[in-house]
Amino acid sequence: MTSLASDPVALLAKPPTPAWVALLFKARALIALALVTAFFSVLAPNFLSVASFLITAKHIATIAILGIGMTYVILTGGIDLSVGSIAGLAGMIGGALILNGVTAGPLGVVIYPSTLAVIGIVVAIGGLIGLLNGTLITRFGVAPFIATLGVLYVARGAALLCSNGATFPNLTGSADYGNEGFPLLGAGRLAGIPVPVLIMIVLAAVAAWVAVNTPFGRRVYAVGGSERAALLSGVRVGRIKTLVYVISGMCAALVGLIVASDLVAAHPASGETFELSAIAAVVLGGASLSGGRGTIGGTIIGACVIGVLGDGMVMIGVSEFWQMVIKGTVIVTAVVLDQLQGRIIGARD
Amino acid sequence: MIVQPILLSARTVAKSYGATAALRGVDFDVRGGAVNVLIGENGAGKSTLMRLLAGVEQPDSGEILLDGFPTKLRSVRDAARQGVGIVFQELNLCANLTVVENIFLGRNLGRGGVIDHAAERRRADEALARLGATFTADTRVSALSIGQQQIVEIARVLVEDVRVLILDEPTSALSEEEVVHLFAVIGELKRQGVGIVYISHRLEELMRIGDHITVMRDGAVVASVPIAEASVPWIVETMLGEAAAAPVGGAPREGGEIVLALEDVIVRRGDGARLVDTVSAAFRAGEVVAIYGLLGAGRTELFEYAFGLRRGEGGVRLQGEAIERLSAADRVARRLLMVPEDRQREGLFQNLSVGGNLGLSSLPRFARRGFIAKAVEDRSVDAMIARLGVKTPSAKTPIGALSGGNQQKVVIGRCLLRDPVALLLDEPTRGIDIGARAEVFAAMRALAGEGLAVVFTTSDMLEALSIADRILVLSKGRLTADLPAAEANEGLLVRAANGAAVSPSAGRASRAALAH
Repeated sequence: MTSLASDPVALLAKPPTPAWVALLFKARALIALALVTAFFSVLAPNFLSVASFLITAKHIATIAILGIGMTYVILTGGIDLSVGSIAGLAGMIGGALILNGVTAGPLGVVIYPSTLAVIGIVVAIGGLIGLLNGTLITRFGVAPFIATLGVLYVARGAALLCSNGATFPNLTGSADYGNEGFPLLGAGRLAGIPVPVLIMIVLAAVAAWVAVNTPFGRRVYAVGGSERAALLSGVRVGRIKTLVYVISGMCAALVGLIVASDLVAAHPASGETFELSAIAAVVLGGASLSGGRGTIGGTIIGACVIGVLGDGMVMIGVSEFWQMVIKGTVIVTAVVLDQLQGRIIGARD
Repeated sequence: MIVQPILLSARTVAKSYGATAALRGVDFDVRGGAVNVLIGENGAGKSTLMRLLAGVEQPDSGEILLDGFPTKLRSVRDAARQGVGIVFQELNLCANLTVVENIFLGRNLGRGGVIDHAAERRRADEALARLGATFTADTRVSALSIGQQQIVEIARVLVEDVRVLILDEPTSALSEEEVVHLFAVIGELKRQGVGIVYISHRLEELMRIGDHITVMRDGAVVASVPIAEASVPWIVETMLGEAAAAPVGGAPREGGEIVLALEDVIVRRGDGARLVDTVSAAFRAGEVVAIYGLLGAGRTELFEYAFGLRRGEGGVRLQGEAIERLSAADRVARRLLMVPEDRQREGLFQNLSVGGNLGLSSLPRFARRGFIAKAVEDRSVDAMIARLGVKTPSAKTPIGALSGGNQQKVVIGRCLLRDPVALLLDEPTRGIDIGARAEVFAAMRALAGEGLAVVFTTSDMLEALSIADRILVLSKGRLTADLPAAEANEGLLVRAANGAAVSPSAGRASRAALAH
């Protein structure tokens, strides 16, 4: 062996990229966030006001919570198109539970679960739908795109069936039934911070920590890096892949409840195209759709970009049609930059 | 003797990958109307030379001459236009399309985007006729045997009017009859003046079909002679050089308890053909066993069945427990580990660091109350890096920055961290340089010394002879030999790999014969 060969760093095929270029690439989501924020602050004077900031923060929170689940799914190399529909269905089930309760037993006794129980039940149902996604994908070998596309339709249909397409209004609950307080989930504040934002912060912190510090998190990255190598290393690949869809389904159900709570009403069409915003947030955050690369932190920043961009354009009066054009352009640009990073920096982190 | 003009030559071509020199200034001539055989150990530079000649890659220095004039082969398509075609070892056909559709895939005849079916059909028929094919151009490829598919691959090259045809281990997947037919085809092409470059590991085959033989070793041509002047022993000696005289292994040892046992294992291909045919074998603690065989002998399939990655029939016992119904993860949990052949795709996680790759099978051991204790992980990983002598700046280095040999040590290290009782290594030295190879072997021996059952596959006879305590030979899925390494020799292994059953006593007999 030559001395050169014994120095592994010398084997990097490409000449090193200047550190600042690499840094710019890595921080591109943050830079994009700073740019859009600065842009709208100048054009829309109200943009930085506390009131509008809090509204934007709530929008960001819904995208980000979906994005957290989606990040895990995408890290394994999968995709979950069903989250928007699950959110819609979750809102409807939550609404039905609060308005109508559960009819139990042969005597037709109606039980009204407490608000916390409603949240627990609905999130569990979201997890079960995720389990369905995961089972279709791992047991029956259906491609994630197709499996979750099918579940997208089924869940949306189920949401519409819940009320025959009608909205469940006035989800305030009642002290008589012991189920009041539901609106707090979406509209409440703690120390001036909207509850959804707090939920996002806690979930993001936990998810980011789990991704790095638990065997589960490590295996998620491994499955995305090479499913075959993971199998050979003794990872229960099917179990990991199923779990990420369960997590994604639970996140989606939580978002459905937050949206219904914020509006104090559950609408069966709620959550449409949420899946696209969530995927966009994950991709903007630097994750690779082929799996194995991405971070929760990146996704949160990506969600911020999407949220700020969306609300900012509304505030300066950009037409809805142009909003779509601009959002699409931003997302595609992010992916193009990602490809360039691969080519310019060579070795990926 | 017919004149054999030199059609294509390489002049002092060199090629490096990173810091590894794959070719160091090689001269090679392809004579028309002749079979130009290229042989060498794995990693000797055959495939690199072939890729340069076929336009897959460009040489770093040196030049390629076509009819004596320098030329550049910018791509496989460009090379084909200039009359140089290649048939790769792996078949690259679309099974759902017909023969003619496959032949003209990506280069359809016709104008303005409209396919000229009649012209394609005519040209395909001509090519198939030249090859003596027994099927028609509108047969679906899925209906053809592997040998017939190989003919389609050759036809695909022939329609380009090539004068030089490169065949990379064309017989590895063929049955005996198919080989005979292929040789007839090659003979016919030879008469038509085509220069054939033929790469194979099967020595007897080369002697049968070759006109000229070029032997490569360590990225250089060490001999180039007419086949009449060559013999099998001479080829082996030339190919291996001094390595032949320097076995790495220590004294062969008797194994201890049986750790892993296979009982009548059968693995079938999709069409029912047996890739592994009723193989039984036992592997003992403290023993290094080589499974030798040519490409397509069923070595990988046998391992994949033993490890739970492939369906099949037959028993697998690990420390007496029947494990053939368990998942791969459950087998790992019982400390059966495997190092796969395709290191890049199946062995490594390119998105993880060296440490991340090493620790992946042992995460539960690093966990404290469900969370990975970084200190425990770092300690174990660093210890393994030191133990195997992995050359890396740190455990945090991306795995892609390491050389092939060091990457292989990382894959082995991952298995070792899991504390295996039996370790299967599929072609553990594929694509790594000689120095790292010796280190990998040393590690395997050391592991056996610690009481593991170590089993590895190889298509390199000398590797089997010099490392193993015992050698099993597979030929077309059947076990044809099971000998102590001390009783084996090249001649026996070649015969067994080509299908002749060899018993230990026959080994002794022929050894005795050789001694005289």
